[in-house]
Amino acid sequence: MNLDLAAVLPVVWFFIIGFAVLMYVLLDGFVLGIGILSPFADDEHQRDQMMNTAAPIWDGNETWLILGIAGLYAAFPRAYALILSTLYLPALLMMVGLVFRGVAFEFRFKAHKTRWVWGLGFHLGSLAVAFAQGVFLGALVEGMPLEGGKYLGGAFSWFSPFAVMTGCALVFGYGLLGATWLFMKTDGRTQRIAADLARPLMMVVIAFMLMVSVWVPFINAQVMQRWFTWPNLLYLAPVPLLTVLVAGLLWRAVLTDREVQSFRWAMALFVLGFIGLAAGIWPDIVPPHLTIWQAASPVTSQGFTLVGALLMIPVVLGYTVYSYRVFRGKVHAGEGYH
Amino acid sequence: MLDGELLSRIQFGFVVSFHILFPSFSIGLASWLVFLEGVWLWKRTDLWRDLYFFWLKVFAVAFGMGVVSGIVMSFQFGTNWSRLSEAAGSILGPLLNYEVLTAFFLEASFLGVMLFGWNRVGHVTHFLATCMVALGTLISTFWIMAANSWMQTPAGYTIEHGVFVPTDWWKVIFNPSLPLSFLHMAMAAFLTTAMVVGGVAAWYLLRGRFGDRAQAMLKAAVAFVALVIPLQIFVGDASGLEVLQTQPAKLAAIEANWTTARGVPWTLFAIPDTGTESNRYAIEIPKVGSLILTHQLNGKVPGLKSFPPQDRPPVTPVFFAFRVMVALGFAMLGLSWLGLWWWRRHTLFDRRWYLRLWLAMAPAGFIAVLAGWYTREIGRQPWVIYGVMRTADAFSGVPAASVLVSLIAFALVYAVAFGFGAYYLVKLFRAGPTPAPQRPVVLPGHSAARPLSAAHDAVELP
Repeated sequence: MNLDLAAVLPVVWFFIIGFAVLMYVLLDGFVLGIGILSPFADDEHQRDQMMNTAAPIWDGNETWLILGIAGLYAAFPRAYALILSTLYLPALLMMVGLVFRGVAFEFRFKAHKTRWVWGLGFHLGSLAVAFAQGVFLGALVEGMPLEGGKYLGGAFSWFSPFAVMTGCALVFGYGLLGATWLFMKTDGRTQRIAADLARPLMMVVIAFMLMVSVWVPFINAQVMQRWFTWPNLLYLAPVPLLTVLVAGLLWRAVLTDREVQSFRWAMALFVLGFIGLAAGIWPDIVPPHLTIWQAASPVTSQGFTLVGALLMIPVVLGYTVYSYRVFRGKVHAGEGYH
Repeated sequence: MLDGELLSRIQFGFVVSFHILFPSFSIGLASWLVFLEGVWLWKRTDLWRDLYFFWLKVFAVAFGMGVVSGIVMSFQFGTNWSRLSEAAGSILGPLLNYEVLTAFFLEASFLGVMLFGWNRVGHVTHFLATCMVALGTLISTFWIMAANSWMQTPAGYTIEHGVFVPTDWWKVIFNPSLPLSFLHMAMAAFLTTAMVVGGVAAWYLLRGRFGDRAQAMLKAAVAFVALVIPLQIFVGDASGLEVLQTQPAKLAAIEANWTTARGVPWTLFAIPDTGTESNRYAIEIPKVGSLILTHQLNGKVPGLKSFPPQDRPPVTPVFFAFRVMVALGFAMLGLSWLGLWWWRRHTLFDRRWYLRLWLAMAPAGFIAVLAGWYTREIGRQPWVIYGVMRTADAFSGVPAASVLVSLIAFALVYAVAFGFGAYYLVKLFRAGPTPAPQRPVVLPGHSAARPLSAAHDAVELP
């Protein structure tokens, strides 16, 4: 069998990078969500309890973002270069947010008089990261028109109502993940706060998903064609149908206070939304003009990196599961690892 | 008129200078923690466990700052140097990808167990987690040095349509510069940590605090530095020979040697003058330059004038940065061997001036690391990939105003984040190796919930 590597490898890498980004969105999503919701805590002890649910695992979660970025750099260097240099200011916002959010985990528990600074840094940092990532998503889905392989636009050419809307949507989306995570991992008053937040957040998130679904086909003709022509309509039909089902299950789980199920269905909703957007973008890596084959690095680069990815990703998943198992169970009020 | 490229250079220099400080410290700290926990498992005395937990807290802060400043780095190549990424992402990307897959996840996952798992896993498992984190830091060093070394001495590639196409990954990874620069960097990180450990110990001894713990730390630091600094100087010398072969213009700038000649003197001090292509106020030792650089009294040393002006690196910063690094290296040698001598005579802790010297030298490793990096990176200019791609051709073309905004933002954010980080590190050092959490000591009138309160130190006075 003669396998055309130049045709196949970019497809494989599209899925690997997609997987890494999805893992990131799910795992760091709930940690960022904790940051977004942290002002709703009654006092610093509750904030401790919230942060302690994520303190041992947040760094590993964030590493999936680095894998996505490094994967893009290795497999689709043109896309990496184009996206980051074009979305320079949102990227800056995300980096600054990640700095504050990250150091807050270490600093807040070392600080006494300046503790509030890092509570604030944790919140604003998480908020900035979530919004910036939503803008990235919106700008990417909307497309970056190229001329002669180069993007022609100023510092704010990414700015659009749609990108701002997806930015806000992701803030609420991560908030929902955070609320359901806290609902599952905490007890007492903190758990009650999380449950009370989960309900409105869930409704807002479902509304945002509807809005994106209606809006996207009109701004991106390719997406319209992808979804609303026969037989694609048939192949892709399970995604919206499952989304409706999962939204229903989430609704019931949240309203009936089911801890594990709320979190599980919130995650599932994210997975489906992610698949829906990825299916619209495919086979572009930067819509509407740069396909995965055009942006691909040489076969020797993608192949060499693939060997490492296939060997190491299962190992990484293995010790990710291990560290979650070590820190399984609820984090009680007043009990910290620190 | 603002120049986006110049601002981007300043920004990269700024964010990478901050970034390199934290890994240099945490690479060494991770292995130091393996040593401390290993000794504790063997001896099971409180002293070693207290030291482990004390340095673990320091490690957590340093590592956290390293992680966030490293994330910024992973975006810089795309935001500001997109043309480098388009051309060489095919080589640099896979190397960084391997770093993430083999090192970052390992560090990040086991860091959680290391920091918070003491009561949740067995002692041996906890020790293994510490080992995994330390291993991760070293694997990470390997890959990042592979990427950096490839930019110094590119190998194993061809260029097709302006894109670097790897043809032999073995040659890409084990490029001429890698072996020595990996060793040099890893030892630099270890030495940086050892100098801090010794400096902190000396500070406690000067203040009469944590007697036996401080003595154990100072002994460990003296022994380690005394053993490793000669190796470091040897590897540094070998690197010089390698640079002479692979990057002669860099070597000429390091020595501020303008004319290619045999039997060149060694310039102790000078003010290099690019205008007249000569040195002013030079203090020179005849023949020694050739001896050091080629290991022969009449060895031939390349001069800057044999390279066209547009291919020469900036001379002054490279010349001085190199001298700062070498001077600090030999100062560490003197300091540690002096200590070794007095240790043998059982008077290591007796001289206050010697302890003060250790305290003063505590940041020496950081300064040497920065100076060494400036030598290596400024010396590579005007190339971003030596001899193949110029730094000027690597710039994204982002609007200058955007870069100005980001530069100011990074300056402010780093000042706040790492300023506070330094403040918390000082607080941790001030609190010192108090009894580890397993056996909390609660003094009358003091709450155990505030383990950092200075009053606890009283229990540790000899």
